[in-house]
Amino acid sequence: MLAAQSRLGRLVSPTLRRHLLLALGAAVLLVLLSAQIGAYDDYNLTAVAIFVVAAAGLNLLTGLNGQLSLGHGALMAIGAYTASLFLKDYQLPVVVVLLASVLSTGLIGIVFGYAAARLRGPYLAGATLTLAVALPQVATRYKDIFGGESGLSVPPTQPPAWLGADFPPERWLAWIALAAAVVTIVLLANLLRSSTGRDFKAVRDNEAAAALAGINVARTHVLAFVISAACAGLAGALFAYWSGVTAPAGFGLGLSLQLVTAIVIGGLGSLAGAVWGSLVLVVVPALTGGMASTLNLPSAIANNLPLAIYGGILVIAMLVAPHGIQGALVRIFAIGRARWGHTPAAGQKGVVDWDDPAPDT
Amino acid sequence: MNRFVVLTLNGLTQGAIYAAMALALVMIWRATQVINFAQGAMAMFTTYLALFAIDHGAPFWLGFTVALLSGFVLGGVVERVIVRPVESAPPLNVVILTLGLLLFLEALAPMAFGGQIRSFPPAFSIVGLRFGNAQFAFSPFDAFTLGGVLAVMILLLVLFQRTNLGLRMRASAFNPEVSRLLGIRVGRMLTLGWALASLVGALAGVLIAPSLLLYPTFMDQVLVFGFTGAVLGGLDSAVGAVVGGLLMGFALNYVGGYLGSDLETVGALVILIAVLMVRPRGLFSSQRLRQV
Repeated sequence: MLAAQSRLGRLVSPTLRRHLLLALGAAVLLVLLSAQIGAYDDYNLTAVAIFVVAAAGLNLLTGLNGQLSLGHGALMAIGAYTASLFLKDYQLPVVVVLLASVLSTGLIGIVFGYAAARLRGPYLAGATLTLAVALPQVATRYKDIFGGESGLSVPPTQPPAWLGADFPPERWLAWIALAAAVVTIVLLANLLRSSTGRDFKAVRDNEAAAALAGINVARTHVLAFVISAACAGLAGALFAYWSGVTAPAGFGLGLSLQLVTAIVIGGLGSLAGAVWGSLVLVVVPALTGGMASTLNLPSAIANNLPLAIYGGILVIAMLVAPHGIQGALVRIFAIGRARWGHTPAAGQKGVVDWDDPAPDT
Repeated sequence: MNRFVVLTLNGLTQGAIYAAMALALVMIWRATQVINFAQGAMAMFTTYLALFAIDHGAPFWLGFTVALLSGFVLGGVVERVIVRPVESAPPLNVVILTLGLLLFLEALAPMAFGGQIRSFPPAFSIVGLRFGNAQFAFSPFDAFTLGGVLAVMILLLVLFQRTNLGLRMRASAFNPEVSRLLGIRVGRMLTLGWALASLVGALAGVLIAPSLLLYPTFMDQVLVFGFTGAVLGGLDSAVGAVVGGLLMGFALNYVGGYLGSDLETVGALVILIAVLMVRPRGLFSSQRLRQV
């Protein structure tokens, strides 16, 4: 009995156990939450979960590996088109469709990652920017496959029979998206606590030193890009289910920049930051939409207000709070602890390690 | 063959515009080591301002002047107000800052000027010149575009090479510390550099607007082409930017003409990746990249 327990203990490390417990708790809370709210909020909850998947992946690449990608909207498009193309001809279970999208986007990520691994700073940003602008045009160009400007329609997922006949499909999709988000976060959190995750940070902080320490810098760059692309692909497939149509207009540069906004607002290099940022991406349009209809604003203003706010926030965040919400929370937490006499010992700093804001990314 | 000539002439005109955009990016890169990803959005905004003036009864030339002047002012204000405070921040922060500006301006434009797609009136006829019976695929407006870009480039060349002010600007970009010790107001020089670059960008916007339609994201692809041209020439070389921009004009017109116009940006992506793989320093750069 005891032996079996210790073997299990070795298999499931304390870190993993903690992450799994946290994830289980979050999942239970989210399921309870989704049952309390209406169809419209389930729809918004799904959007948050989708952004969490994409933003967490992007934050791994940008915040932890130091590679800025402006092309994650385009990578989401690859996932979304994969899902739509599969669903056009076949009726497949959701899991299969999601995995297919992860695979296809991951493969593209390998190709693009090899090119990107050699690029630094403005060159990488420019190359991924070009990807973001170019890729939607491919969909317009090859109308027969991708449906041109009007895109491909995606059939909604039906909740399984055992949930009852009147189970709302919005809630079912919310569950799928939340499950995907929780799984993604757990996997990424474990990755970050592993030696691979430390390699990512080492390469970000000082490439030459990392190379001298025996880390394969190029391989680390490619790996970060592939994992990040796979997350974007998963988010893209969920996005296809969520919006019901996959069209090039939905995946422009604006989407890529929104993802960048999410990780910057939330906190670069922090998975928790990806969650905060994704919440902002869904809450801000909901708020401005409400405001616009109360004030009777013309649609040209109402539709663009969220983007103007994101842009303004990005600029202001870089000027006054480059560590984002998570950075602010950590700081408030630290101040609180100092005030109540719990000065953290040096070794205790690791407690918030997997979501520590990068000191200077 | 005739088709080839037409594409080449179009490539020359559009290449001149991409060259202007590339030059704007290179000027800012050399002054402050920042790629201004908001360059296209800034040019879009100044082009809207020009159209706003023309809508309210101003002649084309006044609108043109409005675009250039507002570009100059906008560039200076952006450098002084939002780029200066993050001067010593990590490069990623500055890039994100310019992206925020891009997002903000592209959302502000439809809020200020209306969301509908507009056309921009050209100053001259866009019908090809006639020589005898043969129509030539080169319009008076094309000539104006080429002449305008050329004139601005010559003025910049004179400014940087022949005047005291230009020398001070180059010194500030080359070595701010030493320049400061020599009594140069480095901050002012950097602001002026951004302002001038932004003026060149605004010129690109107002020159390409008649052949594209005007909408908030219309300069995105021009920015991408300009950036590719700048990288092709080597980011820190002004001559390289001009040559790179022109090469992009030719290449993209051949891609668009022979393969389909939707593939122009894909063509730019392929060129960019190929250049970065084969010769990451570009064709004209004097800088040596650090090898790890």
